Amino acid sequence: MMSTMQQKSDAPDGTKLDTPKLKLTGLRKAFGTKQVLNGLDLSVGRAESLVVIGGSGTGKSVMLKCAIGLMHPDSGSIRIDGEETANLKPRDRERVMRKFGMLFQGAALFDSLPVWENVAFGLIQGEKMSRSKAKDIALEKLAAVGLERRVADLFPAELSGGMQKRVGLARAIATQPEILFFDEPTTGLDPIMADVINDLIVKCVKDLGATALSITHDMASARKIADRIAMIYKGKIIWHGPVSQIDNSGNPYVDQFIHGRADGPIQMEVSQS
Amino acid sequence: MGFLTTTGRAFLIFLEATGRLMLFTGVAISHCFRPPFYLRLIGRQMIDIGYYSLPVVGLTALFTGMVLALQSFTGFARFQAEGAVATVVVLSITRELGPVLAGLMVAGRIGASMAAEIGTMRVTEQVDALSTLATNPFKYLVVPRLIAGLTMLPLLVLVADIIGVFGGFLISVYRLDFNAAAYISRTWEFLEPMDVISGLVKAAMFGFVIALMGCYHGYQSRGGAQGVGAATTNAVVSSSILILVFNYLITGLFFS
Repeated sequence: MMSTMQQKSDAPDGTKLDTPKLKLTGLRKAFGTKQVLNGLDLSVGRAESLVVIGGSGTGKSVMLKCAIGLMHPDSGSIRIDGEETANLKPRDRERVMRKFGMLFQGAALFDSLPVWENVAFGLIQGEKMSRSKAKDIALEKLAAVGLERRVADLFPAELSGGMQKRVGLARAIATQPEILFFDEPTTGLDPIMADVINDLIVKCVKDLGATALSITHDMASARKIADRIAMIYKGKIIWHGPVSQIDNSGNPYVDQFIHGRADGPIQMEVSQS
Repeated sequence: MGFLTTTGRAFLIFLEATGRLMLFTGVAISHCFRPPFYLRLIGRQMIDIGYYSLPVVGLTALFTGMVLALQSFTGFARFQAEGAVATVVVLSITRELGPVLAGLMVAGRIGASMAAEIGTMRVTEQVDALSTLATNPFKYLVVPRLIAGLTMLPLLVLVADIIGVFGGFLISVYRLDFNAAAYISRTWEFLEPMDVISGLVKAAMFGFVIALMGCYHGYQSRGGAQGVGAATTNAVVSSSILILVFNYLITGLFFS
């Protein structure tokens, strides 16, 4: 797939096009004595969709949470549009957060609010839009993820897992974010619903012209939504390249992972040290 | 040496928890004074804490007033001081039992539900989701609860004071054969404004402590259903103990 980095002539906010949309450099994070991120470097270009693959406990989630600002790295740099965001003050943090949309693993819908208010939440609370106008946009976004009008007034607990994911996606795109984060978007879904969600993710990211960073261990999902794939192992990126090269990476770790073999250089930690 | 290590470790854990709580409190209070304010949420919390706690607080106050009248009557009869029943009831209720019992009942009702709700939001990543939607979780979740707790508990206690005194009146007049008019005038005779005010100040403090403990333990909870359960228990136990501690401290401030 062709990189879309050079297709636009100028970024609307004036940043140079060769500045990566998101750049992580030398990221380190430890919990107690366990070093989870170990000098991680990663860069995502403008309007590019990067998928980070890796097993459980390799630091995928921690990396994503650091990138979005939900967790502070011990050291290292996180640049959004070239702006350092690793140690932002709360007010600046809120400003940067407005560029983001995130689909959580368990959808993380607010169970006290009906579906449409979930989708409209960022518009009403973040952008101070009137409730009636926000509801119109919410209904539009729900339609965009293939949900009927009647779903809007239900509560999240009344929906199936797949529908919750769709609502989560609608909520993530409602404020037209510049960067979308996807945390294991297909985990817990049947293969068909997983494919539906993958299609929706590709469509939404393309419609918004957004940059996307996803983490997953589902290779079918990674192949479908990625322009580029990176593999994380022991808190570092050990391989990255276009999705077309994933089968010829020449990297034994990547080969073991994408073929799901128990034998290979990656040894599963079966006992806690 | 083993003993010293254990003691030292426990002390360090205690200091760490205290420090974390202080930081949480500082951040929460600072957000109380900075916009945006979520008036709709503050209103909803006020109704939840103030209005829906009325039955349980009212019943507690009623029976406490009734039992106080009975107890002090039978006790004081031993030295012919039955006339003091009205004064004992009104002073005990306004200064002590109204705020403390209302506080403990609300700690069980509200503190637990706050910890469970915020704890569940925490473990299901809803708190993180708030942040990604450019909404500060402290402003959205913690501040409305603190403000509602601080303002609603005094109102609840005022109602509890009235119902408690009325409970004492009912027993004294209909069971112990006091004269109704004399009982009421005895109730007013030795009551000073400071008796009621000290009780209301206590109530405000208790309301703040209940909401703070509920939010803090909910916010800190980790690890699924078990974590939320532990947060709920910790919220109720710690706010109950803090209520008793602050009750002593505030009483000392007012009446020593």
